[in-house]
Amino acid sequence: MAASSPEVQIAGRLAYRPSRHLRERFIEAALLGAALVAVATTVGIVFILLRESIAFFREVSIVDFFTDSQWTPLFSDPHFGIWVLLSGTLTSSAIALAVAIPVGTVLAIYLSEFAKARTREIAKPILELLAGIPTIVFGYFALFFVTPLLKNFIPGLPGFNLLSAGLVMGVMIVPYISSISEDAMRAVPMALREGAYAMGATRLQVALHVVVPAAFSGIAAAYILGISRAVGETMIVAVAAGNQPNLTFNPMDQAATITAYIVQVAKGDLPHGSTGYLTIFAAGLTLFVLTLMFNLLGYWLRRRYREEY
Amino acid sequence: MNDEPKKPDLATLAKKAEARELNFFYGAKQALNKITLPIYDKRVTALIGPSGCGKSTFLRCFNRMHDLYPGTRYEGEIRLQPDDVNLLSREVDPIEVRMRLAMVFQKPNPFPKSIFENVAYGLRIRGEKRRTVLMDRVEQALKDAALWNEVKDRLDELATTLSGGQQQRLCIARALACDPELLLFDEPTSALDPIATASIEELIHELREKVTILIVTHNMQQAARVSDFTAYMYLGDLVEFGWTDDVFFRPQKKQTEDYITGRFG
Repeated sequence: MAASSPEVQIAGRLAYRPSRHLRERFIEAALLGAALVAVATTVGIVFILLRESIAFFREVSIVDFFTDSQWTPLFSDPHFGIWVLLSGTLTSSAIALAVAIPVGTVLAIYLSEFAKARTREIAKPILELLAGIPTIVFGYFALFFVTPLLKNFIPGLPGFNLLSAGLVMGVMIVPYISSISEDAMRAVPMALREGAYAMGATRLQVALHVVVPAAFSGIAAAYILGISRAVGETMIVAVAAGNQPNLTFNPMDQAATITAYIVQVAKGDLPHGSTGYLTIFAAGLTLFVLTLMFNLLGYWLRRRYREEY
Repeated sequence: MNDEPKKPDLATLAKKAEARELNFFYGAKQALNKITLPIYDKRVTALIGPSGCGKSTFLRCFNRMHDLYPGTRYEGEIRLQPDDVNLLSREVDPIEVRMRLAMVFQKPNPFPKSIFENVAYGLRIRGEKRRTVLMDRVEQALKDAALWNEVKDRLDELATTLSGGQQQRLCIARALACDPELLLFDEPTSALDPIATASIEELIHELREKVTILIVTHNMQQAARVSDFTAYMYLGDLVEFGWTDDVFFRPQKKQTEDYITGRFG
């Protein structure tokens, strides 16, 4: 359009203002940059994990990695059976989740549907405090308090064991599950609850039949986060479970988890590029794939059970 | 509207319930002032009035919905017949009251369950487990709610897949499945389009053969179309109550006339 046309002269106040748009562009670019930091970090981690793991698998057969029943990478006769570490991770996580999912869910139902506003105001900060305790403290709590306590009931329980580490890990995860589940339940519209109450439902029936199913996608997200926390938890198991690579699913045994192994080895004096050094990345990649699978499952559950209110 | 030339004498009509000197408070704020109002058996009573007049508050006293929220207080009585019991009394279990009354809300609120389970829900929490009984009652309720033909082949689908008007009829079916003695409607068509509204109104018209209905509406034409009796409320007071055609064509109070003719509200 020609600049001299009468419309443009009349509409001078509507003229395009480059300075405004430049500022917008700048802000957009800054926001994109901030987002890219997170993406770039993730990509970088995956890249390093993959590169070092490929180097590892050049030296160790992937079949041995998944079938060998021993994990002795630093011995003169090295074995690299990841199941030895995976069994420790899965067992401690299973114990933790057996505690955290029921307790966290019941707590969330109580706080969302039963507790008076005042009770909730007191209980929530306390729970969040629990989530803020450093895991090393939980680790020593497991080792020096829970294990001796359990020995009263289970004679012959070793000083390091998966059971006590798993139980304490479960307690640590409770606030994550209860807090997210409670948020999801409280987001269920009151109209839905009123509908059930008006039918003559009790408080418990409303909670279990209406609120929990309606909030299920959020509750599933809480469970997945809890699982990821359990699988990735390091200090509690490193301190209380014994760091002894051991192919076992028995909670009463001591064992090493993937994370505990990485801590143990990464501290040390392994020469850069040695096979022992590369095990860190192979173990890390295994852990990464495991949590990725759970995250994908969580994503699928969230979509499958998403409620439109 | 009831067009019979000669209306029965009110004294001869059976009452399903009656509010007597009912006061209601949200905390310190009084929302209802000494409401005295009969609800006649197997009749449709409409509550009209401008927003904030207390009509929904009044309706929600009948099934003790206010009990769900702290800081609410009832005074006075709502006597439910034939028991002649004050259902607001502390000795009356609100769950027992809600078992006998049913409510349909402003916005359709189907549960996150299948169509079948939505309608069966009331029966299930009353302990009904026999599959054949549930099936029969659900079918009957869906037929009564004029929804059966649309959903009979998709009873296992989630109720949220239905359209808004269908969802509201589902909520009506859910309410009807338990044979309520008194059906409470809280502006049941305010979230619906005119076609869905018409089908719900037709339904209310048919239901009055079977059940006593109390309906809150801010749509005066709707009140005129579906009700036998109309109560006009304003700022927590009951201004006027009577046969619907009397209230609309021969209002006793100037205030009612102003509201109905659109000069106010």
